[in-house]
Formats: sequence, structure tokens, C-alpha cells
Amino acid sequence: MEWLSEFGAIAAMQGFNGLSVFCVLLLMALGLAIIFGQMGVINMAHGEFLTIGAYTTFIVAVLTERFAPAFGPYYFFLAIVMSFFIAGAIGWVVEWAMISRLYHRPLDTLLATWGLSLIMQQIFRSVFGAREVSANLPEWLMGSLQLTDTIEIPRNGLFVMGLTILLTATIFLMMYRSRWGLQVRATVQNRAMSRAVGINTKRVDRMTFALGCGVAGVAGAAFTTIGSTGPTSGSLYIVDTFLVVVFGGAASLLGTIASAFSIAQAQSIMEFFMSGSMAKVLTLLTVVGILMLRPQGLFSIKVRK
Amino acid sequence: MNSTLDRFVGGKQGAIGLAILAALILVVFPLLLDAFRLNMVGKYLTYAFVAVGLVLCWGYGGILSLGQGIFFGLGGYCMAMFLKLEASDPESTKIQSTPGIPDFMDWNQITELPWFWEPFNSFGFTLLAVIAVPVILALVIGVAMFKRRVGDVYFSIVTQAIALILTVLIIGQQGLTGGVNGITDLKTLMGWDIRSDEAKLILYFVNAFLLLGCILIGKFILTSKLGRLLMAMRDKEERVRFCGYDVAAFKIFVFCVGAAFAAIGGAMFTLQVGFMSPSFVGIVPSIEMVIFCAVGGRLSLLGAVYGALLVNFGKTYFSETLPELWLFLMGGLFIAVVMYFPNGLAGLWQSHGQKWLVRLQTKLRKPTPPAPLPRNDKRDDGESKPLAAAEPSKLETSV
Repeated sequence: MEWLSEFGAIAAMQGFNGLSVFCVLLLMALGLAIIFGQMGVINMAHGEFLTIGAYTTFIVAVLTERFAPAFGPYYFFLAIVMSFFIAGAIGWVVEWAMISRLYHRPLDTLLATWGLSLIMQQIFRSVFGAREVSANLPEWLMGSLQLTDTIEIPRNGLFVMGLTILLTATIFLMMYRSRWGLQVRATVQNRAMSRAVGINTKRVDRMTFALGCGVAGVAGAAFTTIGSTGPTSGSLYIVDTFLVVVFGGAASLLGTIASAFSIAQAQSIMEFFMSGSMAKVLTLLTVVGILMLRPQGLFSIKVRK
Repeated sequence: MNSTLDRFVGGKQGAIGLAILAALILVVFPLLLDAFRLNMVGKYLTYAFVAVGLVLCWGYGGILSLGQGIFFGLGGYCMAMFLKLEASDPESTKIQSTPGIPDFMDWNQITELPWFWEPFNSFGFTLLAVIAVPVILALVIGVAMFKRRVGDVYFSIVTQAIALILTVLIIGQQGLTGGVNGITDLKTLMGWDIRSDEAKLILYFVNAFLLLGCILIGKFILTSKLGRLLMAMRDKEERVRFCGYDVAAFKIFVFCVGAAFAAIGGAMFTLQVGFMSPSFVGIVPSIEMVIFCAVGGRLSLLGAVYGALLVNFGKTYFSETLPELWLFLMGGLFIAVVMYFPNGLAGLWQSHGQKWLVRLQTKLRKPTPPAPLPRNDKRDDGESKPLAAAEPSKLETSV
């Protein structure tokens, strides 16, 4: 019977591992699902907004340590809020200065935002240095929970998971249950008609983009609990993130969740049997293969075009 | 006869432009630059192959491939595999535990040449593979994507993903591909030392002539009916489809041509630089290749060459002197080109340079009886050109 419990332990740990990868992917993809999925803007600088969130958290951590050590254990909540607003504000400016002039040229948006990402990376490098930094985690995020003798679950993983659920639920409520979400979806489906019924589509666009960037900032803040932050850490995953959103079906939040889940689980299961790079190659190949057979992704909304 | 030739090079202006470029790379550079710098220009010109292919795919076909590095890399790797096999003959690798196989395989405890390396012992096969492998891959991607009418944005993302897959694969399979370092220490081509200055000069000229050949092929495609269909497709795909044309077939064709050009560039890169590594395959180099094309002008085959040369000169210059500044400049260049000069250098030349030239001409001719030159028009050729060749670059991008 011993092998069975051992197998169970491995399966549980492996499953949890997959769940953490899933949360990471989903956190990154959520912002993009709003920006790319809803608005159709290819924001190659999305990874950099993530990095902004991570660096904001780092700054907040350093500042609390220096000026308000008593506040130490709770700085993280402030950091999340700050990350959201700072990344969102920068996103707002970027939309105003750049994206809004390129809505009718999606491929050019891709190139322009790539240029933006290069500039932002260099700014990070000039300000924070090329070396990776990491914030000191509060006590309650360190260590792991001992469930049984063989199964232990890291606390930061649990925290990220909780944050992911909270964020997803908030975005879901905003997109599908609020008046603002209704306006966003109306604008996406038919811009001219939305304007005709009195929606200020320009404002909706700007707010949507800012929200997407803000969500990326929160994701970045969450990442500081898992790994350290460097100038290019955000851009490393930009292609995977795009694949998650495309694979899920661009305009569907549910699709994004499903695709993040399947990609993450596939990758972590395969990693158990082969090297990490081959697991990644196989996962990506499968995703690209499925996309070639079903270009609209897993879930798609039926719209008359 | 004359009119066919005229159409082929794109009229008088096209001929002059081509002659200037040919003079620049065939005469001016070899005369002015020392062997080291000339080799560097040769390296930049290999990127120009990719940029010329991108003008066809992106500027005229409306398909933005963010994975041209895949084809550049595959072409380069095919050539590198041949050269590596030649460099690792049993004689010079006798200190290895398995003599006769490339050194990196020996370091990774591989004792036998893998099956897909075997055919690269033959030079003929290698030359074929340089073109065939990338084109077949492009064909597969193209058929899968375009037959299903995948939108342009999705196509870009998928090509990018494939570039990522290929890089991860090459790096991961170190024993078979040389890993991060790539395939290095290439010495001879059929017994001919490619590292000597003389060989580099010859390779430079081979490269230059191949590039001019590719430009001519590109011009031929663009001035033929196919070129007009490509433009029509880019601007109103549905209408071309309703006219009864198989839109997907044209897209696949132009994508394959772009891949073949990139592959030739890659193979010439390997020959001139002497190594090939995954850092020329991935996402970042692929996007940089797009910027060469965008800076030069996405609608101008000749512009793409100048774009590749200028951006690379800038890159070399700034990364030697002010490395921090380079990324700012590069990023700024991306944004500026896209937002303010969507037709790049060639577009600027068309809107400003030519007007200036006309003014200069009128000024020079003033003493003679008043020449009826329209000031705001292009130069008066005094002959009517076929519409197709007239001014393809005047067409606005509507993507």
C-alpha cells in the first residue's frame, strides 16, 4: 500500500505544481485577455507592465522597511493596490499617446508596442540596474503548509492562487455584470452602433486599456512572491501569454481560463517525464497544431460579421 | 522587347535606383572599406535578403510574418551542418572519443552521427536543403493557416510562437544541434578556406550578386499580374476572392518566396561569418528583421536593403560607443517609423527627395526655353509607362 500513498503524494504535489503554473499563466493572460481579447490591440509591451507592477512592489517593500517597519507584514496589500494604479496610469497615457492613433492598423500597433517595450526595458535597466532584485517577503508568505507527512504546499503558491481567483472573479463581474462591462462588450462588437446609442467609445477604449495594464501590474506584484524581478522578466513570457489568449478564443474570458489550465497542466505533467525544454516544445507545438485546425480557439462567440 | 525590360526593372526610375544600389554594394563598398568592415557589410546584406522577402510578404501581400528568423536560421543551419561535417573529418578530430563527428556531439556523449546529419555530407544536397527545408516549412505553415483564412494578426502570433518553439528546440537538443553556442569553428568549403581575406572578398561578391538577383526576382513578381493581385488582396481580400481567385494560394506562394530569400540570406550569413547560433532564429531577431524592412520602406525592395544597412550600421556604432542609448533609439525608431513614416525611407524619398530633385532640375534648365515641368509631379519621363509599373509605392497601405 505504500507505493499507492507515495504515488498519491506525487500526484498531489504535481497537481499543485500545475495549478501554480496555471495561476501564473492566467494572471498574465487576464490583462491581455482584456486588451487583446476584447479590444483586439496587440500589446507587445504587456510584459513590461507586469514588470512595472513587480518593481512597484519592490519599491514599496524597500520604503516600508526603511520608514515604517511596523507596517512590514502588511505592505503587500498596499503594493498590490499601488501596482494596479501605477501600471493602469501608465497604460492610460500609452493609450492616449500611441495606441489610440493606431486602432485601424493592428499590425503596426504590434511593432509600435514592441518599440515601447524596448524603451521600457532600457528604462528599467537604467533605473534599477541589470541585476535582478527581489522584495523581502513578509513572514506569513514564507514556508509551506504541511498537510500530511509527504504532501506540503508552499504558502506563496496558495497566496497567488487566492489572488488569481479574486482577480478573475472581479474581472468577470466587471465585464459581464456591470454597466461599464456592457459598454466595453458593445464597443467591441460594433463600434459604430455603440457610438450611435451614446457610448463614448474613446473613453471606453482608454479605460479598458488602462484596466488591462492595471491587471498586468497586479500580476507583476504577485510574481514577486515567486521569483525575482529583472528588466526583461516580463517580456520572457509574452509569446506564451499571447498563445494562451489566442488558444482560448480571443473574446472569451472562460476560454482564457480553460486554455491557461490545459496548457499549464499539460506542461507540468510532461515535465515529469522529460526535460523542461522538450515539455515546452511539445506543449507549444500541440497548441499551434490545434490552432491550425481550429483557428478561432477553444471557445468563440458567434458574431455576425 | 524594350517595354518588357522596362516593366521588369520598373521603368527608368527603377533602373536608376537599381544601378545606384548595385554601384554602391559592388564598387563603392569594396573600394572604401577594409576587409573587416567589408565582411561586416556582407553580414548586413544577408539581413537585406530577409528584408526584401518581407517587402513582398508584408508590404505587398499584407502578411506580417514575425518568424522570418526561422527561415534565416534554417538556411544558415543547413549550410553550417555541411561545413561542420567537413571541418570534423576523422583526421582533425582524432583526440575525440569518437573521431569523425562534430565536437559538440562528442561532448554530449553521442557516439554516432544522427540520421538527419548524414545527407549533409553532400554539397549538392546541402544547396538543395538550404532552400527546400525552409520553403517546405513555410508551405506547411502557409497551407495550414491561409487555407483556413486565419487573420493577419493571428498569423503573426503563430509565426512568433513557431520561432520560439524552434529556438527552445535547438537550445534544448544540445547534442544534436550545438545548443546555445550553435555550430561554430567552420573552416573550409569543399577544401577552400573561407576564413582568409581573399575568400571573404569573393563571398562578399557572391552575396551581393545573389541579393541583386533576389531583388530582380522580387521586381519581376511585383510587376507581373501576380504582384497586382497581391496588392489587390492586401487592400480588399474579399473582392479578390469573389472575383474567383484562390487568395490562399497567392499568400502561400509569396510567403514561400519570402522564406526562400531569408534562407539564402541565412546560408550566406553562415559562410561569411563562420558560425550559426539560435540567437539568429528567435523572436527578437525576427522582429528586428521586420524593422529593417519598415525603416527602409515596406513598399520598396531597394529601400529594404538600405534599411537593413542603416539600422545595422547604427546598431554596431551605438553598441560600441553608447550601449545604453541603443535600445532607446531602436525603440524610438520602431514607434516613429510606424506612427509617422509608415512607408519608411523610400516613402520619405518619394514625398520629399523627388520634389527636391525636380526643383533642382527646373533650376538647372531655367536658362533654356521654359520647360513645361509640373512642379508637384514626379519627374517627367516623356514616355507613358504601363500602369502596373508606374508607381507601386504611391499606393497607400490600408492595413
